[in-house]
Amino acid sequence: MGEALLSSKNQKILKDGFWDTNPITFQILGICSALAVTTQLKAAIVMSLGLTFVTAGSNVVISLIRNFIPPQIRIIVQLTVVSALVISIDQLLRAYMFDVSKQLSVFVGLIITNCIVMGRLEAFAMGNPPWKSFLDGLANGAGYSAILILIGIVREILGSGTLLGYHVIPASVYAQGYVNNGMMVLAPGAFFLLGIIVWIQRAISGYKES
Amino acid sequence: MDIVHYVNLAIKAIFVENILLAFFLGNCSYIACSKKIDTAIGLGIAVIFVMVICTPACWAVKHFLLAKGALQWVNANLNGVDLSFLIFISFIAIIAAMTQIIEMLIEKFSPALHGALGIFLPLIAVNCAILGAALFMDQRNYNFMESVVFGLGGGIGWALAIIAMAAIRKKLAYSNIPAPLRGLGITMLLSGLMSMGFMCFAGIRL
Repeated sequence: MGEALLSSKNQKILKDGFWDTNPITFQILGICSALAVTTQLKAAIVMSLGLTFVTAGSNVVISLIRNFIPPQIRIIVQLTVVSALVISIDQLLRAYMFDVSKQLSVFVGLIITNCIVMGRLEAFAMGNPPWKSFLDGLANGAGYSAILILIGIVREILGSGTLLGYHVIPASVYAQGYVNNGMMVLAPGAFFLLGIIVWIQRAISGYKES
Repeated sequence: MDIVHYVNLAIKAIFVENILLAFFLGNCSYIACSKKIDTAIGLGIAVIFVMVICTPACWAVKHFLLAKGALQWVNANLNGVDLSFLIFISFIAIIAAMTQIIEMLIEKFSPALHGALGIFLPLIAVNCAILGAALFMDQRNYNFMESVVFGLGGGIGWALAIIAMAAIRKKLAYSNIPAPLRGLGITMLLSGLMSMGFMCFAGIRL
């Protein structure tokens, strides 16, 4: 390639995916799983790792074969590559982390239709060399993970008073009459929280929707 | 297994466990396509259509090909074969193929409907609500009739939510929202309120 592995252009790819064009708050992709798996921090972390792996991996594979894919059937080729990666993650989770796999339920399978993966394949991997595509997948995965983990932390603390399963709100607070906010565990809490995060992120980054 | 059972299942799928507002499935197209009521109605109908066909189709493939011992009807020796790890890839292939076939059929038999739904059908292949419904069907071990009812209910629930949101966003066009909150942010907050509303349906049974 004749350019450094982390040249300024490549650094920009990383920064774009993570902050400027964050997949969730800017590209509006992958929102389903961001809301669904974040009641517990542990599930959110596992999901983030899974998605980052699939995005980076499929970006590399598609980028390697991008010149051999006939354009008419590219969607089905992309879906096949993504499904293969997702199946391996699902089987690994079932073998080694069965409780998390149960908790994530259908959402591991839904990484296949997670728009971040397809979106990056279409928008980036189809037209860029493997290393750049890998960085792009990694950065978008990281941007997604950051939002997911943030929502996971807030929802678990406010909703169940725990973090990664450990009690973090002291019993004396409960003795004063504090109760866990049940809404945070349910669907509306996730919607409100993501709305607020988007608001804050866009207020800082200055992005406006027309 | 009388009719009441199926009605209960449908009510549960449409209102109590609305696939969009309780499980967050199909959120991307929900946000992208809820700016206009016409688009929302078109996409909603297309989703109902595809879901009611794809969920039973996936059921059939799982039941006759992939589940443990399902290949027994081919040969008694295949009794112990368990192909269920192929569920993801087969379901997504079925959904992609089905949307393609449905699009061609509609184009042939009803050009008017094709004009209205045309651009939405290919989009639906990657709408996670469809794959989600199929995976829920698999996880909850529905039988054939149940999967038809669940597909129909899930589709109607999704359509209901997106049409309602499009109507709200139309009204919102005239309100003065803080700039960073416009678009995605306010839609999320509104979905939260709608989701709270739908939670009131919890516990309804016939």
